Amino acid sequence: MKHMPTPQYPDAKVKPLLEVDGVTLQYKTRDHLVTATSEVSFEIFPGDRFVLLGPSGCGKSTLLKAIAGFIRPTQGAIRLKGHEVTRPGPDRMMVFQEFDQLMPWKTVRQNVAFPLRANGMSAGEADARAVDVLEKVNLTKFVDAYPHMLSGGMKQRVAIARAMGMRPDMLLMDEPYAALDALTRRKMQQELLDLWDDIRFTVVFVTHSIEEAVLIGNRILVLSPHPGQVKAELNSHHFDASHQGGAEFQTLCGRIHTMLFDETQPAH
Amino acid sequence: MSQTAMKLEPVIRPEYVRTTLPPVKTGAVEAPLPFVQRMFAHAIVRRALVLVALAIVWEIYGRWLDNPLIFPSFTETLRALWDNIINGRIPQRLGVSMRILVIGTDLLSTLTAMFNPMPAIALLPLALLWFGLGVPSLIFVIVHSVLWAVALNAHAGFLAVSETQRMAGQTFGLRGLRFVVQILIPAAFPSILSGLKIGWAFAWRTLIAAELVFGVSAGQGGLGWFIFENRNLLETPGVFAGLMTVMIVGLFIEGVIFQTIERYTVRRWGMQR
Repeated sequence: MKHMPTPQYPDAKVKPLLEVDGVTLQYKTRDHLVTATSEVSFEIFPGDRFVLLGPSGCGKSTLLKAIAGFIRPTQGAIRLKGHEVTRPGPDRMMVFQEFDQLMPWKTVRQNVAFPLRANGMSAGEADARAVDVLEKVNLTKFVDAYPHMLSGGMKQRVAIARAMGMRPDMLLMDEPYAALDALTRRKMQQELLDLWDDIRFTVVFVTHSIEEAVLIGNRILVLSPHPGQVKAELNSHHFDASHQGGAEFQTLCGRIHTMLFDETQPAH
Repeated sequence: MSQTAMKLEPVIRPEYVRTTLPPVKTGAVEAPLPFVQRMFAHAIVRRALVLVALAIVWEIYGRWLDNPLIFPSFTETLRALWDNIINGRIPQRLGVSMRILVIGTDLLSTLTAMFNPMPAIALLPLALLWFGLGVPSLIFVIVHSVLWAVALNAHAGFLAVSETQRMAGQTFGLRGLRFVVQILIPAAFPSILSGLKIGWAFAWRTLIAAELVFGVSAGQGGLGWFIFENRNLLETPGVFAGLMTVMIVGLFIEGVIFQTIERYTVRRWGMQR
């Protein structure tokens, strides 16, 4: 990490947007109480592209659902701007992996406008905002199509547009590109970075792909499996698509890989 | 002003790596649930509790009414059931019904018999006792014939709404009735529609049958009564004309009304081919 900029340590002026403070998450199956994460702590700052990375079973999706407010921690607390998260709300919009997150009975435009209308915006204003945000994800041509007419990548773009249209405090993305083909995925990753560069929002991104984590994130939280515990928090703000495949990019990926899969060898 | 001109840059923090992880305080990753919670996880236990509660409500209402002719209490019903099983009348009658079912051998009729175990028309004598001869009795049996089909389908439809769709609706801040009306009902609409289709057919069948068996209601005979009258007069072409009208109405409702609803809803939305 030779060319890494000198870290600017957060001073008192920059407050974290989200604090996850010693969070233990447990859920019940038919006969068992499963511990998904154990005493996980981290902070997310405004403008972060914060990645939760780990193998399956590390509780990263459960953690994201807890931030969204679907699951209450059994221990610890999650605070957004100092207020404890207790239930889902439009200040944390979520983009899911599944394509059926759009409402099939509404057109693309109505899908994007729906949460705005549900939160009290007038019809005209909501429609204008929907058209505007759909232009940002290059879907102007498809505003009046129904979701079943769109490809998987387009559906995900609509879901991102719908979330962005709400101007949430943070965007939560749960493996949004996992069900896409490799080429579409790469294109979508770049589009997300371009969109971030354009309007600068805070995003929490869950993935199990190390490359995707390094590419998308500026900060990566590495989680161990069974139960999820914090292994490391790493910087990756100095990489973009042009570094992909480069030596330093590969070094960081290799380092994370060792951390996740090589239990015998301590990470360094 | 300079604040707005500046692009939002996330702060850069020092990295850290934990070589050893702290011990997990919650114990085993998968710990067995306490006995009571595990019992409650079984649908059969919860359903038994609901049945017990319903029986108690029935018993209380029956005792409060204190009129076994109109509405016997739960214990009185149980006693009658037990007596009739002991003296062999219910098993014998059940045997007759089952034999007809087996002789029928038609798979479809077996399925219908399974899913619609209480024929609405069989409730008509009871309805006549409660509501008298006339429209309210017919409405009662028709509601009975429609309700279960629609309820069963709507329930199945609600259960089939994907978790993703539910969570998406909740992130929009929708709760309670608005969540049901704006997310669950449209998402379950294909099932609700097929329930309505089945329900309408049941209702139509029950209505014609009720008129056939019990004739005139409120002074004016319907289509069923028309068929019955023609049969009595040995006007077989008239009987067929009545039956054909029943079919034509069925075709119209199915082919025009339901098809139109489907074309503008579920098929347009790509929820049904």
